[in-house]
Amino acid sequence: MDQQGKIRVLIAKPGLDGHERGARVVAFGLRDEGFEVIYTGLRQTPEQIVNAAIQEDVRVVGLSILSGAHLSLTQKVIEGLRRNRADDVLVLVGGVIPDADRTALKDMGVAEVFTSGVRIGDIAALIRLHADAVPVQVQP
Amino acid sequence: MERSWEDLIQAMRQGSVRALSQMITAVENRETGWHEGMKAVYPFSGSACVIGITGSPGAGKSTLTSVIARRMAEQGLSLGIIAVDPSSPFSGGALLGDRLRMQEISTLPGIFIRSMATRGSLGGLCQAARDVTRILDASGKDVILIETVGVGQDEIDVVRASDFVMLVLFPGSGDGIQVIKAGTMEIADLFVVNKADRDGADEMASEIAAMLSLCAFEDRPVPQVVRTSALNRIGIDELMSVLTGIVRERKKRRLPGSDEVREEILELVEREISRLVRQDLAKNGRLQQSVDLILAKKSDPYTAAARLLPLFVRSSGACSGQEGRP
Ligand SMILES: Nc1nc2c(ncn2[C@@H]2O[C@H](COP(=O)(O)OP(=O)(O)O)[C@@H](O)[C@H]2O)c(=O)[nH]1
Ligand SMILES: [Mg+2]
Repeated sequence: MDQQGKIRVLIAKPGLDGHERGARVVAFGLRDEGFEVIYTGLRQTPEQIVNAAIQEDVRVVGLSILSGAHLSLTQKVIEGLRRNRADDVLVLVGGVIPDADRTALKDMGVAEVFTSGVRIGDIAALIRLHADAVPVQVQP
Repeated sequence: MERSWEDLIQAMRQGSVRALSQMITAVENRETGWHEGMKAVYPFSGSACVIGITGSPGAGKSTLTSVIARRMAEQGLSLGIIAVDPSSPFSGGALLGDRLRMQEISTLPGIFIRSMATRGSLGGLCQAARDVTRILDASGKDVILIETVGVGQDEIDVVRASDFVMLVLFPGSGDGIQVIKAGTMEIADLFVVNKADRDGADEMASEIAAMLSLCAFEDRPVPQVVRTSALNRIGIDELMSVLTGIVRERKKRRLPGSDEVREEILELVEREISRLVRQDLAKNGRLQQSVDLILAKKSDPYTAAARLLPLFVRSSGACSGQEGRP
């Protein structure tokens, strides 16, 4: 284990809704899948999320959004990552997302959208696939 | 690693947060050549003041760290914060939740927060945390705060390497002083009774002070006891005046003690030997041979160890190296 990097994942809740059960379930579930999960809790601004992703050097950012503001919040996070040249970070969105918005999110650069009933194993598999496929680029 | 360590270090020292962050990842993951990276970092390190913050889960360490960091940032100091949480022994994963209480300060200029998992004892938490501390130091941070849960020996060793150690306790935790872990008591330079907004803080503080009066402190000052409420901001001025004094004093004393240096060299050598042993024995199948013999009841672990050690020593040969800086 000491020679091999762990995959680090940030789980964050942008926006104003106060329900963190789903995010917590995912955070614990991914820990049990062997990931190092940084959990930043409720009511995060996109700026705080991007900042945490950079400082923690995560490979994955999981956004849990139930407020309905998923399009604009996700857009801001993705833009922030790009500005910091961290666009190799995998962005996942979960929560209450109408089917109609899935395409829009994916067009922005979201790798996958997960709604209620998703299995943690599926999220883990997607993350592993991505982590294997994209080698870490050092580009300060 | 595509870019050279020197480039990365230069970028980090010029203020690139991403370079700093990637440097930490590479060293924490022990990527190929990490020793070279640390060699290049070392000459730039040694001026930051390192403060260890330990205590049982839920004591308020993260909340307090956040309050302290904000105050220090207001004084114009730049800070690196390392928050260590345990890895799960079952999955190897970790839930790193300290940042939750630090998010408001994480975007202040000059503050960099990094969560670290213990990654099992094989990972060598102590050395890894020391390396990350040194990287933050070399990046130009004035003060480094390290939060660890004061449970395992590993975590205790981490804070032991600090310039100053705060032990955070709280009333009503059953954390009566008789329960305070042996080992944590001895390393504390300051006792913080947090959650002083609750009943029992005064009693706890006087109990600790009474106990300290019974101890002999020959080589260091008697630790102070302060009461705080990280939530209601009680006692923070008093805490800050102690910490500010420590930071100021540290600025004058720049050299690590020789015990410290000796311990670190030993730890690095021990780690490397242990890595080589595992690699060597696994590679040539000797380890598995011994395992098979023992399972077949034809040998035992003691015989196996006695047989393997000389084989390893012989096969590894004598290493030579040059030391010293031009
Ligand atoms: N009443 C009270 N609660 C506090 C205080 N400081 C922290 N807490 C709470 O204690 C809990 C644990 O705090 P945290 O900083 O995460 O503790 P840690 O596990 O030691 O890092 C949180 O719910 C905090 O809000 C305090 O001074 N008073
Ligand atoms: Mg904590």
